Amino acid sequence: MSLETLLLYFFAAAALAGGVLMLVARHPMRVALALISSMVSLAGIYAILGVHVIAVFQVLIYVGAVMVFMVYVIMLLDVRDPSFLERYGRALVPSVAVAGVLAAALGAAVSRGRIATAADLAHVQPEGAPAPFAVQPFSVEFLGDYWLHFELTSVLLLAAVVAAIAVIKAGRRHDG
Amino acid sequence: MDRTQLLLTLSIALFSLGLVGVMIRRNALVMLMCMELMLNGVILSLVTFAERTATVSGAVLVFLVFVVAAAEIAIAIPIVLLLARQRHTLDVGAWSGLKG
Repeated sequence: MSLETLLLYFFAAAALAGGVLMLVARHPMRVALALISSMVSLAGIYAILGVHVIAVFQVLIYVGAVMVFMVYVIMLLDVRDPSFLERYGRALVPSVAVAGVLAAALGAAVSRGRIATAADLAHVQPEGAPAPFAVQPFSVEFLGDYWLHFELTSVLLLAAVVAAIAVIKAGRRHDG
Repeated sequence: MDRTQLLLTLSIALFSLGLVGVMIRRNALVMLMCMELMLNGVILSLVTFAERTATVSGAVLVFLVFVVAAAEIAIAIPIVLLLARQRHTLDVGAWSGLKG
């Protein structure tokens, strides 16, 4: 077993452990830290796969922006909350059963599916072609072919900022 | 186990764990974080297939999903803050009146 495969199994186990910890941790801050460890493990998996750009995005956008925001809000809202004492709602058993059945069905589909061999994929990735996910070829294609999508994301982010301000303003009016 | 199969299985497991979290936890912020875990599982399968077929457009799509997730959090958290301010709790049970 190569070092790469070993690392892949290690990061997969770490991501799973983070997910399980999210379900059993009591305080939201611990849940957030478990989610962060899970996301960082996924970034490690992306790096092993060779998709370095996505690994960097995962750390920068998810861990750096989204989760820092989340941790900040948890610190802001640290009230003595009944949902801290009682972790689970009433539908514990049926929820776990439903999710278990879903996971079993999807897992059976994946394990029975035919694995695409190198011959199947020869037409999408010819032998000896340069890796498309290295930073330079990916950036050239990203900002060459997809510049319009890249610019449109800034419009989406602006809309999100305006919407967040509008939500807060509407809440103020309601209170006052 | 084949690498693609391993990663798809991991993606299914993360999605299911997130789904369980959304359904069983009572804290609104924890439910939001479990939704992020579901999204991460789905993104993992997207990256796996994009890497397997060497399509750059898949990786671009992942970037767009990241941006949409960031926008979603930027709107969802003010809403949770407003809810917490009105009922002074993060327990979603306080909002069971929304069932109708």
